[in-house]
Amino acid sequence: MEQFLQQLINGLSLGSIYALVALGYTMVYGIIKLINFAHGDVYMIGAYTAFFVTTYLGMGFLPALLVCMIVCGILGVLIERIAYKPLRKAPRITALITAIGVSYVIEYTTQFFMGTTTRTYPAILPTTTWQLGPVSISYIQMVIFSVTIVLMILLTLIVQKTKIGRAMRAVSADENAAKLMGISVDNTISFTFLIGSALAGAAGMLVGLYYNAATPLMGMVPGLKAFVAAVFGGIGSIPGALVGGLFIGIAETLVVAYGSSLYRDAIVYAILILVLIIKPTGLFGKNEREKV
Amino acid sequence: MSLLEVKDLHVHYGVIEALKGVSITVEPGQIVTLIGSNGAGKTSLLQAISGIVKKTGGDILFKDASIYKASPRKIVQGGLVQVPEGRHVFPGLSVYENLMMGAYLRKDKKEIANDLKTVYERFPILEKRKNQDASTLSGGEQQMLAMGRALMARPELLLLDEPSMGLAPILVKEIFSIIQDIQQTGTTILLVEQNARMALSIADYAYVLETGRIALQGPAHELAESEDVQNAYLGGGK
Repeated sequence: MEQFLQQLINGLSLGSIYALVALGYTMVYGIIKLINFAHGDVYMIGAYTAFFVTTYLGMGFLPALLVCMIVCGILGVLIERIAYKPLRKAPRITALITAIGVSYVIEYTTQFFMGTTTRTYPAILPTTTWQLGPVSISYIQMVIFSVTIVLMILLTLIVQKTKIGRAMRAVSADENAAKLMGISVDNTISFTFLIGSALAGAAGMLVGLYYNAATPLMGMVPGLKAFVAAVFGGIGSIPGALVGGLFIGIAETLVVAYGSSLYRDAIVYAILILVLIIKPTGLFGKNEREKV
Repeated sequence: MSLLEVKDLHVHYGVIEALKGVSITVEPGQIVTLIGSNGAGKTSLLQAISGIVKKTGGDILFKDASIYKASPRKIVQGGLVQVPEGRHVFPGLSVYENLMMGAYLRKDKKEIANDLKTVYERFPILEKRKNQDASTLSGGEQQMLAMGRALMARPELLLLDEPSMGLAPILVKEIFSIIQDIQQTGTTILLVEQNARMALSIADYAYVLETGRIALQGPAHELAESEDVQNAYLGGGK
């Protein structure tokens, strides 16, 4: 039981990271129906940005987090403007292949400049560990939980309460009707990439600190798992991405703890296959039906 | 001065020519209707005016300025707003949020609140359902929501594409009397309809569109009595 609780805590922190990344997938899919396979690499850039600003500029945690989010947000907007926007009217498969291409470009450009060595971070967070009864929570885990919760609340407020959030939902519900309201679809799409990529940037920094490692290809596997999380929760659904991320994180951690670490990736894909068989729209996915 | 002047407008979809040089004029304060069968190009014309589909020739003047190249956003900002065919309310957004999307480009908060009140007075059902997801409304309610949403943009010219489509006869009557109310408050209306009889009964002027061309035009009551129109669109001269 103690071990189970402990693994649950570990799973929740891993899951929080997946959730932050899954949100970007789901928001982008919701608005332009594209699986942005370069999203995991934006997360990697977040980890590297954090490495730079903490190592060379000596930034503390919060300023570094802010810089990561801004850098990745801008990167996301650039990716959309340069690679996806010209393909908006092209068949979906074209955009999808382009996304895979963008992913490689980011990975190998980073590798070209940074090499394949694993970068480590200076100690910007205390190494305190709290003992809560039978379980222990490390400082970085607390940070991951708090940052995730704060960002989720902010995101919900933006999407539900602001004008631009309402525009995002309108464009993703009906692009042409949104145009008829005078909403600039291009700007709304850019804003979606900005927000989604900023969340990935935050996740990248958190994971970099958690494992104390950044490598050029670190975004590939977590990117895919976050994608699975988004599908699990119902692609296009924001609460779905949150629940999916946490679920995948916990499932993976428990498999490692009670089964074998050999299966840690396999379990995620097994979940994906099961979801696609049993409920292809995911947990919170909508069966879209229009009233005429 | 005419409010809207469409001059020799052409629209192509690939090699298919949907509009083959259409010219229409809408005078301020009028209800102008555009009737014609399926595929005649009625929706293409409205989409072209709103800047949603690309035009391949001609010109469109709104308040004497060309909007031929204007973005949908600029067109809405200028006071030309469309209620699209099939309502196209935003599912997943509440009725209130849908209405507020209509006022998306406006900044005058006080006036927006006033207009919201007016819309709720005109469509009391919308106020009753203001927190409901728009996709849960009935067809007639969705039509009212789509119209209310457009009114929130404070249009000078309102384009209505098939507002009666799929509605029960009693609702059709209600929608048409609302359209007349809207005209009464000073909004000019360009109405596209398949229900030619109803459309001609409330319009000042009418155009008949046939396969991308204007086949007939004239004061609505004259067209209603014309034999050609009666045979083709009003179910024969009974």
